[in-house]
Amino acid sequence: MRIGVLALQGAFHEHQVMLERLGAEVRQVRLPAHLDGLDGLIIPGGESTTIGKLAVDFGLMEPMKAFAVEHALWGTCAGAIFMAREVGRPQPLLGLMDIVIERNAFGRQVASFETDLDVPALRHLNGGGKAYHAVFIRAPLIEAVRGTAQALVALPDGRIVAARQGRWLATSFHPELTRDDRFHRYFLEMVQSKSER
Amino acid sequence: MDQQVATFAVKSGLAQMLKGGVIMDVVTPEHARIAEDAGACAVMALERVPADIRANGGVARMSDPDLIERIMATVSIPVMAKCRIGHFVEAQILEAIGVDYIDESEVLTPADEAHHINKHAFKVPFVCGCRNLGEALRRVGEGAAMIRTKGEAGTGDVVEAVRHARTVMGQIRHLQTLPDEELMAFAKENGAPYELVVETKRLGRLPVVNFAAGGVATPADAALMMQLGVDGVFVGSGIFKSGDPAKRAAAIVKAVTHYNDPAVLAEISRNLGEAMVGRNVTSIPENELLAGRGW
Repeated sequence: MRIGVLALQGAFHEHQVMLERLGAEVRQVRLPAHLDGLDGLIIPGGESTTIGKLAVDFGLMEPMKAFAVEHALWGTCAGAIFMAREVGRPQPLLGLMDIVIERNAFGRQVASFETDLDVPALRHLNGGGKAYHAVFIRAPLIEAVRGTAQALVALPDGRIVAARQGRWLATSFHPELTRDDRFHRYFLEMVQSKSER
Repeated sequence: MDQQVATFAVKSGLAQMLKGGVIMDVVTPEHARIAEDAGACAVMALERVPADIRANGGVARMSDPDLIERIMATVSIPVMAKCRIGHFVEAQILEAIGVDYIDESEVLTPADEAHHINKHAFKVPFVCGCRNLGEALRRVGEGAAMIRTKGEAGTGDVVEAVRHARTVMGQIRHLQTLPDEELMAFAKENGAPYELVVETKRLGRLPVVNFAAGGVATPADAALMMQLGVDGVFVGSGIFKSGDPAKRAAAIVKAVTHYNDPAVLAEISRNLGEAMVGRNVTSIPENELLAGRGW
């Protein structure tokens, strides 16, 4: 499998390391031509305004939207923001997923946190029974899921922190900052599945 | 389920999210807006850019909390602010305001000539400057979650940034050739915590994110630092002391993304207007150099 990691800004190298450990071939994507021949794409954490501006300036918006029609995409944190339809302020968005995002929903950096999550979607994977330890950095929340988008993971108080819509995945936390590769394996399964959205 | 805040993972994690990006010095909310629109991944809020601190002389201190808060209210990206080396009360104030990162910075006048801040005691993460590996690992030992090579701030001359980045990278390469029994002597000679020396050898890089700072004035300067192996770039005076700050800021952001693509670099280096005038580091008297501050 050949997976692209959008490498405009942010923690793209961390995703690359996780994917390569799982045996995937990885390509850093900075220009539209870099999307050719990929089986899936990850949009990493970083600053969503920076990633959005660079995606516009280097002509990546339309090619990425076209790529997303046929392929699996996963956005973490800033990447999740970038994939959403609504974030409550003007900034460039792919607008793929029918989710509403609130940026910096937990507050500033001093409120960033780690916590254990119960993730039913990971149960079929090796080690799937144990809690998933998630890292939230100035994290967004998924305020609402609409249409065919579904909540995948929630905090104990019910607030949504991951959603899936067909072969598109959004997580407001950072699996690439941990040593737990279950979410990356989950995404690679999505890449391989030919299921309809 | 419990939530743990202020862990080292969330402190260093924010620095990981800044990688491949440009952090810009701004002195007004308007500058901050320009920086965010240009694609900065964070801003450093301060009253004077280093070039003006250098020109004005006098004691340089933490900025007015009101100015920092106005900048925080203006942009959605992380906001950093500087405190003096060793001035842990300035740091407490910055934490109370809620800045996202504190730079314990040699650009301000040091408050303590022997000790840096115990950064483990804070919830807010810190970035600190270094000129070599020993200095970097001492700061990490004190709790810094991010490092920047110092360069020579406010000059527009990249030569010291290159010197410090090459020194750190060269020492890491050397460290990797050493057998384990020589690591204690390396730690002793370099004044570095032994455990962090061991970890640096294992990782083949600093244990935290490392940006370049001090003297970057052009897209080519920024790409040079990236090719030398840093994770991102701070630009201080280089943007708002230039002829067309918005354009130059955007170009430097692009240069950090496409640092390995000379065709793109050529395109974005065109027609940027005047770079900051700059000052050769060799023309600056020894006692006016900032990089020597830090212990």
